[in-house]
Amino acid sequence: MNITIDRPAAGAQTAEGGDLFAVSMALVRRSLQRITRMPSAFIPAAAMPVFQAIAFSGSFAAAVKFAGVKNSLDWFVPLASIQGAAFGALGVSFGLILDLQNGFFDRLRMAPLPRWSLVLGPMIAALLRAVVPIVLVLTVGFLGGMNLPGGPLGLVMLAIAAFGIAGITAGFGMGLAYRMRSMGAAALMQFGIFMAIFLSSAQMPLGAMRGWAHSIARVSPMTNILRLARQGFLGDVTWHHTWPGLVAIAGLMAASILWARRGLNSFND
Amino acid sequence: MTAVLTPFIAPAQTGGLTVGLRQTGAFTKRSLLGRLRQPASLAPSFVFPLFFAALSSSSFSRTTALANFPADSFLAFSVAGAILQGVLFGSTAAASDLAVDIEQGFWERMIASPVSRTSIVLGRLASSFVIGMVQSAVFLTVFRLFGVHVKSGLLGVIGIVGGGGLIGLAISGLLSSFAIRSGSSEAVQGVFPLTFILLFLSSAFFPREYMSGWYRSVADINPMSHIVEGLRSFIVEPASAGAFARAWGIPLVIAAASISLALLALQKRLRAS
Repeated sequence: MNITIDRPAAGAQTAEGGDLFAVSMALVRRSLQRITRMPSAFIPAAAMPVFQAIAFSGSFAAAVKFAGVKNSLDWFVPLASIQGAAFGALGVSFGLILDLQNGFFDRLRMAPLPRWSLVLGPMIAALLRAVVPIVLVLTVGFLGGMNLPGGPLGLVMLAIAAFGIAGITAGFGMGLAYRMRSMGAAALMQFGIFMAIFLSSAQMPLGAMRGWAHSIARVSPMTNILRLARQGFLGDVTWHHTWPGLVAIAGLMAASILWARRGLNSFND
Repeated sequence: MTAVLTPFIAPAQTGGLTVGLRQTGAFTKRSLLGRLRQPASLAPSFVFPLFFAALSSSSFSRTTALANFPADSFLAFSVAGAILQGVLFGSTAAASDLAVDIEQGFWERMIASPVSRTSIVLGRLASSFVIGMVQSAVFLTVFRLFGVHVKSGLLGVIGIVGGGGLIGLAISGLLSSFAIRSGSSEAVQGVFPLTFILLFLSSAFFPREYMSGWYRSVADINPMSHIVEGLRSFIVEPASAGAFARAWGIPLVIAAASISLALLALQKRLRAS
């Protein structure tokens, strides 16, 4: 496949050659084209969070009500949005593995492109791919009678959390893909994200948990991110429930970008 | 993979119950060995259900205080759901292997040889039955190590292990019919979410009594709910005919229907080729 970079001379040139933004956007376009060319790979990632929101809020309605949550959709829709964003973002890393295996990535590496574009491009694509699952889950949630006492600000908080997770997941996935360079990385990515999300207050409020799961959830940064995402659906948006989530996203995002860039550097070793 | 199928080289006839059984046995052995040689394909069917059960038992442990909760602990409650989930994963892999046989040409080689055609399919299904029983036994052992007692004793253990095998047979029969029709492992994987949806729209992970609305209505008519509740009753109460009827009877009926579908699909494919 050809990559067309419209305005390579317009933007700021980097030391490695090429325009970082233009090259990144070309990679974004290519990644998004995969959705229309291989919808079978994207549809499950978009549909499963919707099903999860319905299944969890139906199955565990009594459990979360027991813990003080009036409407189970208010609890599980933000979780499903975040999970949908994460798995939507992982699609970018799966595509990257295919590129690594079919040799396209080697051509990118040999080209005079800014190296950061190979991290930035997939990361922006991951954020865009996360939009569809988030919108679908929210639509189903509102149709099902979900509450939003926090108003539009609650949706903004959810968007920050979900797109934050999409970026973190993309960085984590890219780092693994650049290091392992095989489809084995795909299973590890899914397993890692799945564990990270569920070893938190994903299923039940922290106060209602006990045992080992409570001990892990109490220190898991994902608990803070979920609190950030859920606050507008459970009550008012407060700074108290916001800043720990923002700190967690910022820290994990920085770590995942570093992890991805170092993975890319491993090709030079 | 190279398979040595010595028993059916000598009797070149496809008739005869004994020969058919021997050939089915050889295919079952091949299928089981294939699974054992790929532990990575077996791992998810053990790891995910056990992880979910461990997580849920810790997360939802306080919900056992709800009125009329059907178990003493959430861990005991989780056993049946974990077994059902594990067997579903395992059955999908078995049907997927059958599709891979078709994709890679092994199926055509078998069709060209003097082998009972039904034994090719029944061998796969029998291996799912065996794997379902083994999975159930392993799950029971793991849960026993964490303090879960089977209140119905040995009869209950037999009920659960046999039930696990029958569920494996029923689900792999259903998925195998898709595998034979499509000849594509991707198509089998595509059907898998449907079984997963059935699992979630049941009482596998939380008691039906606490569900409400349309979700409850779906769970009420979902056979998975009744199968899992049959398995669960072996753990939380003394053995009963009702438990066997639900844990064995329902999977048996589904297995009969799904094996018929698989054999019909086989006939159709044979006619087409």
